[in-house]
Amino acid sequence: MLKISTNPHIQTRRNTKSIMLDVVIALIPAALFAIIFFGLEALRVIVVSVLGCVLFEFLACRYWLKVKNSINDFSAVITGLLLAYNLPSSMPSWMILVGCFMAIIVAKMCFGGLGKNIFNPALVGRVFLFISFPVQMTVWPTPHFLQLVSPDGQTGATTLRMLKSIAPEGELVAADRYSINELPSYFDMFIGNIGGCIGEISAFALLLGLGYMLWRKVISWHIPLYYIATVAALTSILYYATGDIKYLPLAHVLSGGLMLGAIFMATDYTTSPMTIKGQIIFAIGCGALTVIIRSFSAYPEGVSFAILIMNALVPLIDKFAVQRYYGEKR
Amino acid sequence: MVKKFSFSMGGIHPDKCKLTSNCPIEDAGLPDVVCIPVKQHIGSPAKIMVNKGDKVKVGTLLADADGIVSSDVHSSVSGEVLKIEDVAGSTGYEEKMITIKVEGDEWESSIDRTSKVIKEINFTPEEIIEKIRQAGIVGMGGAGYPTPIKTSVPEGKKANILIVNGIECEPFLTADDRLMVEHAEEIIMGARVINRALGIQNAIIAVDENKPHAIEILTRLSKLYIGVNIKVCKTKYPQGGEKQLIKAITGQELPSGKLPIDIGCIVQNVGTVFAVYEAVLKNKPLFERILTISGDGIAHPCNYRVRVGTPISYLIDKAGGLTDDVAKIILGGPMMGNAIVNTSAPTTKLTSGILLFREEKFIKEEASSCIRCGKCATVCPAGLRPFAIKEAVVYNGTSDELRKLHAGDCIECGCCAYTCPANIPLLDYCKIAKQEIRKK
Amino acid sequence: MTNLILLNIMILGGTALVASFVLYFVSKKFMVETDETTVKIVDVLPQANCGGCGKAGCADFASACAKADADTFANYYCPVGGHAVMQKIAEIKGFETTEKAPTTAVLLCRGSCQNAPAKVVYDAVSSCRVANRISSGQSGCPDGCLRLGDCIKSCKFGALSLNEETGLPEIDSRKCVSCGACVKVCPRGLFEIRPLSVNGGIVYVACRNKQKGATARKNCKAACIACMKCNKINEQIKIDNNLSYIPADIDAEKYGAELAQNCPTGAIVYKENVRG
Repeated sequence: MLKISTNPHIQTRRNTKSIMLDVVIALIPAALFAIIFFGLEALRVIVVSVLGCVLFEFLACRYWLKVKNSINDFSAVITGLLLAYNLPSSMPSWMILVGCFMAIIVAKMCFGGLGKNIFNPALVGRVFLFISFPVQMTVWPTPHFLQLVSPDGQTGATTLRMLKSIAPEGELVAADRYSINELPSYFDMFIGNIGGCIGEISAFALLLGLGYMLWRKVISWHIPLYYIATVAALTSILYYATGDIKYLPLAHVLSGGLMLGAIFMATDYTTSPMTIKGQIIFAIGCGALTVIIRSFSAYPEGVSFAILIMNALVPLIDKFAVQRYYGEKR
Repeated sequence: MVKKFSFSMGGIHPDKCKLTSNCPIEDAGLPDVVCIPVKQHIGSPAKIMVNKGDKVKVGTLLADADGIVSSDVHSSVSGEVLKIEDVAGSTGYEEKMITIKVEGDEWESSIDRTSKVIKEINFTPEEIIEKIRQAGIVGMGGAGYPTPIKTSVPEGKKANILIVNGIECEPFLTADDRLMVEHAEEIIMGARVINRALGIQNAIIAVDENKPHAIEILTRLSKLYIGVNIKVCKTKYPQGGEKQLIKAITGQELPSGKLPIDIGCIVQNVGTVFAVYEAVLKNKPLFERILTISGDGIAHPCNYRVRVGTPISYLIDKAGGLTDDVAKIILGGPMMGNAIVNTSAPTTKLTSGILLFREEKFIKEEASSCIRCGKCATVCPAGLRPFAIKEAVVYNGTSDELRKLHAGDCIECGCCAYTCPANIPLLDYCKIAKQEIRKK
Repeated sequence: MTNLILLNIMILGGTALVASFVLYFVSKKFMVETDETTVKIVDVLPQANCGGCGKAGCADFASACAKADADTFANYYCPVGGHAVMQKIAEIKGFETTEKAPTTAVLLCRGSCQNAPAKVVYDAVSSCRVANRISSGQSGCPDGCLRLGDCIKSCKFGALSLNEETGLPEIDSRKCVSCGACVKVCPRGLFEIRPLSVNGGIVYVACRNKQKGATARKNCKAACIACMKCNKINEQIKIDNNLSYIPADIDAEKYGAELAQNCPTGAIVYKENVRG
């Protein structure tokens, strides 16, 4: 029997699953660097988080929403990976599972599943954990290159924490202050030899992922570039205007969750605007909020809050950031 | 490096699949019976001028244009008129058709059947337009808008440039490509004929870069003709869309609701231009055309010269026959063509291709939920947001809401549905939106 | 301590005062004038907002009724509320109203999966509007039901349901309020609102195919072939364009059974009591 259908009769082989798989591939370098610097603990965090997210997704589809199982599309794997990347390697496993529950059940499935959530699920999970367990979420084991188990169990501070309470140049360093000499080198920040969440430490690994996603046309370059550029520009202005070392621009760009956020979290399809114009507005907003939170709030890091706040504005941006119609003069 | 022209907004790059670019045009021969629809164009159906039992020759007028937006229909064969009644067309809906039993191949004596290229144009613009009208020429790119209207410049407007559309951006189709390779000089002469009718000197033949053979021949020949230029365009779908081509060649965008003539452009398909040449300089009405028969479901993909009214099944048999594993037959290209239900239906002036696809080609996955990637908006050559139009249709938006989304400007190219990773049939929603807008 | 409480009360009270003034002015400024009669009529309407009366909704219908004079009022009818509601509106307006015969929607096609088997596979969006545009349908009948259920989605009263076996929508006349949503949505106009006879009987030709008998039969066993047999039973039944049409005011009890029995293809449907 012949088939009748509407045009077009051909279609790209690119579907949701293949796009999601590409994102997973793009996230792999960061996982390798996490294991290189934090050893088996990092691997444990990643495995627990991914399995937890997939399990919750499966249960929610099967027993709650009673819809076709959506774990095949790899979106839960991405959420799991991103949540893991936003945690320190010393995070207890049960807390990670609580984060998975918040991410998948509350932030994603409550809104109706893939494509319908307003907030980035992994970030909701992270922020929930951050507020509920502030102590565990701010213990940062020091990195050790190629050591499966941390030899000394030492902990330290993140670069941003140090910047936040850095002693002004030439002053005596008090007990709760850090001196400039304690800051890691830019090379360490770039390669990932610093304290922090397991996935955010290595700008190099994240940029590799960005390159892969751009090559595979998963995302456009607009959000990462505008986000990072906004942070760089605003910190530069603050740095040169005040002369305060805590605004050191390159340190702000290379350390903390900025790279991870700009490349993988802010570019999440569902929670970012759909037109290029909207994406630029969104990215600039994220960048500005990140700098504001990092500079003027009690928290040293602001990427998660910045992206979540901008997520809430996406419907509004989508409404007004309309691309130019063909033939329309602007 | 030659500058390559292209439009800037949207567009996609589907697999070209031009299986038949190197297959010379073959004559499809004569079937036993042809059915000639009286409406092969936009506008009102033509008035039937023959009766049952009449003997007709090749090129005899069968039906006369009824009104301005209409077109003549000529016999493509010689023989006897069997019946004049409603017959199921390719979509299964009935259309008025003239069925003719083929007897021999006797042509009207006025038609010049030699292959010599005539290079002198001794007609006034009015005579040319009248000849085009009498030959029943319509836009052969697919729209079927009567050509005489398009070649006469309305009062108060001025034509600056004629763009000959030699861009065949649909995958699989090669009919225009072959026509340009084998009848390049005729096309150039046809362009000059239309130029004369419009009273202008410039013609641009736009060809996309995946037709090197045609570009080479046309570039060589165009040097002999002043005012005819070849421009090479990027291979990108829908480069051959009228609005996209105008943007690529002139850099101007056609405002919504305006016609190309409003900015001084006239766009004609190469098939139309060739038909104009034959009509004006060879006295041959439009009763045959080149079409591609292709796809993975046919044994011998090729390009045929086909008489209008030849049954589709006749052509399929000639090219290797219909096998059981054929899942879909498409008239036209895979992006904008229609799937057909009835293979006994005839080909028309507008049939640019017949594509047969096997089952494996479309394991269309079920539509899943929108992941809001925005790719549909990025690829839309009209700058629309198909996702928003879909939302509006699903939630029964009013026609005013749909109009605000410019849904009426959709050119139905199918880029959105082609690209959607969630397999959402976005084009269907856009078409429903257009329907809703037109209702009010 | 007392100061603190006082301060709190003053701040909160002050805010409340300011807010109440704002609210007062806004409500004054943006007040929509509503006619008293309209409000009364809206109260008696069923609030289905189905649009069956031809107006945009119950409020629109009410304002139209309120403005109507005795003559135009006769043209207004709320199919959901029926005679009871119309009487109440007439009382408000002080007009007379006459009772209308109960009606129901009927499907003018019997092209089920058995009578009109599919010849091609439909592989696109499950929407009659789309299917109607691209082809004559799975069975090949250009006027038959497309069996994709746009009407079922349009019915706000749950009166339409899909019969899995036949593929056709089925009408539950006890739930049908004759709002006409299905009539509007069907791209092939296969629904008709028909009055019921005194005992709830109904008889109609369930076919809209205007092709010649032989062509029509090729696609569907239950097509009307314009054989004229029904015309011989009752001369009021007219055959036009190869299609028979039974007038709405025919006595279904008297002729129904005979018509249905004598129809050679079964295109004529007779139901004794659809409200039962």
